[in-house]
Parts: sequence; structure tokens; C-alpha cells
Amino acid sequence: MLGVSVRRHTDGKLSPRTTASLRRRLVVGGLVLLSLVLVTVSFRENGDGPLAGAQSAGAAVLRPFQVAADRVAKPFRDAYGWTSSLVDARSDAARLERENELLRQQVAERRLALRENATLRRLLQYRNGPRFPEGYSGLAAAVISRPAGAYAQAIVVAAGRKDGIRVDDPVVTQDGLVGKVSRVSSRTARVTLLTDDASAASALDVETQAFGIVRSGDGPRAPLRLDRVPKEARVRVGDTVATSGWSSPRLSSLYPRGVRIGQITSVGRTDTDLYTQVQVTPFADLSALEAVLVLIPVDRGATAP
Amino acid sequence: MRIAPLLLVAAVVQVTVLGGTRLLWAEPDLLLVTVVCIALSAGSIPGAFAGFAGGILVDVMTLGTLGTTSIVLTLAGYWAGRYGETTGRGRRYAPALAAFAISILAGLGEVALHFLLGEPVAAGDALVTAIPSAILAAVLALGVIRLTDAMLSAPQGLERARQVELV
Repeated sequence: MLGVSVRRHTDGKLSPRTTASLRRRLVVGGLVLLSLVLVTVSFRENGDGPLAGAQSAGAAVLRPFQVAADRVAKPFRDAYGWTSSLVDARSDAARLERENELLRQQVAERRLALRENATLRRLLQYRNGPRFPEGYSGLAAAVISRPAGAYAQAIVVAAGRKDGIRVDDPVVTQDGLVGKVSRVSSRTARVTLLTDDASAASALDVETQAFGIVRSGDGPRAPLRLDRVPKEARVRVGDTVATSGWSSPRLSSLYPRGVRIGQITSVGRTDTDLYTQVQVTPFADLSALEAVLVLIPVDRGATAP
Repeated sequence: MRIAPLLLVAAVVQVTVLGGTRLLWAEPDLLLVTVVCIALSAGSIPGAFAGFAGGILVDVMTLGTLGTTSIVLTLAGYWAGRYGETTGRGRRYAPALAAFAISILAGLGEVALHFLLGEPVAAGDALVTAIPSAILAAVLALGVIRLTDAMLSAPQGLERARQVELV
């Protein structure tokens, strides 16, 4: 054979090495061929023939071994299954925890939406009710920023110049006076709360008609105070305080008349003080505002504090 | 004949216990590892016979198409035996290396064979499990080779120099 370096003995016999190689190839070739024949016959018989019968007989012979092995392995397999199920349970728990977190977030969002809805509904009722001041239209606006600290008594609402809001417009809720607009941008407005040191509103005791000026109290958490109430004026604990706004053909106060502010919680008089010390708790919860009504004068004119 | 019990146990365990088991994406194939180790210990011809017999056992027990498993295992046993007789002779990592490589090739061969027979096979699944299964086979081979070496202390098929030819 050309190109094949097979060493031959002088007597024409193959070397043992070549014989072994040939034998190997013959054996493997034979086994592969036998496997192919088995595959072909088994495939063609399709479970109904002598080979299938032999296979069934073989399976029956081997079945006891399989049953024995299955019985021996069952505890181990159960243990493996238990461990595996633990791992699966852990991953399931992690997935369910993520889903639970998502659902909780959705529930919280829906609760917030419901609460906002209820707040806006109350504002709407107030705007359409008899207590709403005349000569104003109410623009409902969501609060998008709250006081950042004890010294920043202001909120930001999601309505601005494009909605008709101007500086000094009064801001109320259905519960009472909140403050006034102090800055306006195109889509937002800053509202300075009554509890700010710079705020002041002329007010009166609704029951006794005693006048005064509502200012911030000693701190952001302290009630308001009704300042400049003469000692001879009659004010009582439990009386309601409301704005005492006024208007003339050319001028009007910032706040309309009759907007509720709060309730008198304390009245004190000393010989040295010129005025009665009156503390007022605001009706509106200024620390938890969600939506407010900005009072926009129907006919804007000159105003005075 | 000494390898017959070993083959029977490996085949039964493979079919009864390990069939369908997954350990971290790896499917253990004890029979393939056993055939590879027998071939490394005893040589290519015993390896091929072991592969053929093991394959027939599996096909009989699973009532599958006779011959499909034996083709793959016959070639696996033969290649492992040739590797042990030539390059891998006396090397410590030979069992692990042979089991790793042959596990991948055997997996691909089985997929191709079942595909040719028109049987449903998930090639993607086989590819995903190929490398982890090969690693597991390599680890198993390190243990099984000791057993086969102990059982086949006098390699029967290994080509031993019976005479020296002077050229």
C-alpha cells in the first residue's frame, strides 16, 4: 500500500503491533455496526417484534435490580428532594417578598389617592358651600412640598401664575385659613403659613367681636396667638376666631371676612401687659396639608393688609 | 468478566437513581464515567465492550431504542482507552480530563443521534448542562478510577510489549 508505513515481516505476516491495531478497529467497528443494526431493527420494529420481546425479557430480568436500587436510594433521594425543595422554597420566598413589596407599594399609592380624593372632595364641598367667601373663586391645588424645617413655615402648591394665582392670594382649606401666597412661578406657588413669623392676619372673636391680629406662636408647634386684644375686650376659651377682612370700593384686606382661623385655647391677663394674651389653635392642620384652595379674587383690585 | 458487576451497578444506579437528577445544572452520568474509567484502566477494547454492554443495559432498562446509548458509549470507551494507552498513560489528571472531554462529546453525540432518529431533543438544554455535567463527570472520575484500578489491577487490554523489534 502506497503511503502507508506498515512494516511487514519478511515472511509476509503483519507485525503484532499492526495486528493489535487492526483488531482494535475491527472490534470497535463491529460493535458500532452492531449498535447501528440494533438501532435500525429496534426502530423499525416499533415495539412489536422479536427484538422488542428480547428487550422486554431483559427488562424483566433487570427489574429486581432496579427495584432494589430504587429502595436503597429512596431515602437519599427524598433527602435530596427535601433539600432541593428548601432551596426552591427560599427562592420562592424571595420572589414572593418582592411581589409583596410591590403590592404593598400599590396599596399605599391607592390609599394616598383615596385620601387625596377625599380631601379634594371636602375642598369642593367647602367651595360650593355657604361658608365660602364671596367675591372669590377657589382653585384647588395639591401640596407638593411641605415645611423643610422648624424655620421654614411654607409649602409649595402645584399651581402657579398660569392658573391665575398671584402673590398675596389667600390660601384656605375646608377647615380654615392656611396662609397666603408669597411667591409665584408659572406652575407652582409658595404659600407662607400662618405659623410663619412674618404672617399676620386681622381677626376677631366671632362670639364677642373682639378684634386682634393673629400671629405665629412661640414656635412652629405652639398655637397661634391673637395679638393686640385690649384688656377690656371679652374673649373666652373655646371661642372661634375668624378673619375680620374688610373691603371698600378701592381697597380691600388681603383676607376676606369670615374665614375661620382657629379656637381660643388660653386667655391670660397680667397687670404689666398692655394687651390680653390669647392663644389660638388653628382649625387647619398646618403640618399635614395635602391640598388647599387658593382664593382668587373674581375682580382683582387694590388690596391692603 | 470482572467489569460486569461494576457495569451493572453503574447502569442500574444511573437509570434508577441518577436519571433526571440535576445538581447545580449538572446531570450526573455515572455510567459514562465508569466506562471511561474502565477503558483507562483496561484499555480500548475492554472499554469499547464495556460501553456497548452498558449502553445495551440502559436501553433495555429504559425500554428505549436499542443501540442508541451503546453507540455513544462504545465510542466513548474506545476513545478513552486509546487515550489511556497513548497520551494519557500514567498521567494523574488523565481520568478527569478524559471524563470532561468525553462527557461533552457524548452529550453532543446523543443529541445528534436522537435528532437523527426523529426523537424530540432539547439541544439548548443539553448545551446549558454540558459544561457543568462535564465538570461533575471529571470529579466523579477521580473517585471511580480508583475503584476500576483496584478491580482491574492487571489490565487485560493494555498493549504490553511482548517482544522487541530491532529496526
